[in-house]
Amino acid sequence: MAYKIVTSQCTACGACEFECPNGAISMKGDTYVINAAKCTECEGQFDQPQCVAVCPVPKTCIKA
Amino acid sequence: MQPIAISGILPSASVADIRQTLESGGCSTTDRCGASAGPDDLPAAVWERIKDHPCYSEEAHHYFARMHVAVAPACNIQCNYCNRKYDCANESRPGVVSERLTPDQAVRKVVAVANEIPQLSVLGVAGPGDSLYDARKTFATFDLVAKAIPDIKFCVSTNGLALPDYVDELAQHNIDHVTITINMIDPTVGEQIYPWIYFRNRRWTGLDAAKILHERQMEGLEAVVAKGILVKINSVMIPGINDHHLMDVNAAVRARGAFLHNVMPLISDAAHGTAFGLSGQRGPTPQELKGLQDQLGGGANLMKHCRQCRADAVGLLGEDRGQEFTLDQLPDEVVYDPARRSAYRDVVEAERDDRRAAARAADQALATARDTLLIAITTKGGGRINQHFGHATEFQVYEVDRSGVRFVGHRRADNYCLGGHGDDDRLESVIAALEGIDAILTAKIGDCPRDRLEQAGLVVLEDWATDYIEPAAAAAYQRLREAPPLRRSA
Ligand code: SF4
Ligand code: SF4
Repeated sequence: MAYKIVTSQCTACGACEFECPNGAISMKGDTYVINAAKCTECEGQFDQPQCVAVCPVPKTCIKA
Repeated sequence: MQPIAISGILPSASVADIRQTLESGGCSTTDRCGASAGPDDLPAAVWERIKDHPCYSEEAHHYFARMHVAVAPACNIQCNYCNRKYDCANESRPGVVSERLTPDQAVRKVVAVANEIPQLSVLGVAGPGDSLYDARKTFATFDLVAKAIPDIKFCVSTNGLALPDYVDELAQHNIDHVTITINMIDPTVGEQIYPWIYFRNRRWTGLDAAKILHERQMEGLEAVVAKGILVKINSVMIPGINDHHLMDVNAAVRARGAFLHNVMPLISDAAHGTAFGLSGQRGPTPQELKGLQDQLGGGANLMKHCRQCRADAVGLLGEDRGQEFTLDQLPDEVVYDPARRSAYRDVVEAERDDRRAAARAADQALATARDTLLIAITTKGGGRINQHFGHATEFQVYEVDRSGVRFVGHRRADNYCLGGHGDDDRLESVIAALEGIDAILTAKIGDCPRDRLEQAGLVVLEDWATDYIEPAAAAAYQRLREAPPLRRSA
């Protein structure tokens, strides 16, 4: 269970990296990517997956 | 366009040389940012603090330059006039992408610019994104720059959502100007502008979002003012949504101590891919904008010279030399050389006194004026009519009546949306942009554009090339009223 970023839509704003409680998101090349091994879907931490809640582009942080 | 012969302002240059350069140009301005006129209109303490800030002081914008660095691209709210692929549309020109920098890269760029552009007085962080959302990057940049260039001023622009959390830090970093974009004080209006916000680890939508944003903006505004930091409010005028409401916004922010209110027009274009662009929401016409600004009282506390510059803008307002200073053109190491900036400052002090005296005399000469004329001028800066009509990317507009000569705004002439069209089209759009203007004062103009402008009913005068704007506008008023020039036939 993890989220992923649709890199073709990512604006590389970095908001998701800033908010991810597990340090699962980092810059790779021109966009950000989620390290599935570290992603908990924010279970038990927040009501909403933080990357989804903050991402300005609809349907860019999605369930993998 | 060659904005200024900077090479003329070397440390070894004499004062006369620098003055000469100012006369031949110095600032060139392009669209809408705008503030107080000068020292006569503001409390002395405020004037002292803003007098060298081109975005706050209408007078300073003729002499001093700002630069923005885009170091904080993340944002915590969504605005319907924003497409996150581009820069923040509230403080920046829509539809452009600014070069994103790390704090280290930003310092290199600032020092390189300070060495090259002695007019530089202000560094701002203003989108894309919110400067105070991921605030670490903003403050890290200021720390590094302050070490390299101690006398530069800092400002930040924010939507206000995170502002209450950073009031102390702003004060500690010696940031004496903060801009908050406030488009509403009524959440039912806000709902139509902000689809969502991200706050305290969740996304809020609808009325809830607008309510939280409004409360945070007011709380932040009050707290920052209480710290003695100057606060300017930006508002985007959105016809049919907040145009009338901005009167209430103005009253609310003044009551809380904002020293300036800058009303900017929504720039809306489907090509920008914004929610408003796609829904067909239009921006205000220049007349609607001016109408609102007039209702808001004009005068000292309403900005009219704002240029909505892009977030990596470099230079005097209305010019953007950012493309000369992109990262790939910067040396790996740059060392700050303060000599040119201090020489420039000395000259500007004297020049400003001169211009002020000339402006006061012009105002007195108009005491018997019976009506109002709107006069557009072309300038490269220094408060003089020193730009060729064909080089103008904007016109500065002055209102002339019995109370004097006042800057009231500017009209774009370069019309960036139409890039690639022929000169004829461009002249058409220039003429459209000049609607309502009575006369144009310019340093020089070709016969062909002159004929076209005169056919459109405008008076075109070159008589005051290189003169100060205010006395020239006063003299033009007298000329037009005493002996209206015969319109030349085409
Ligand atoms: S869902 Fe949560 S844990 Fe997973 S990447 Fe997004 S923010 Fe990080
Ligand atoms: S928040 Fe969205 S757009 Fe911004 S970096 Fe993350 S995935 Fe990309």
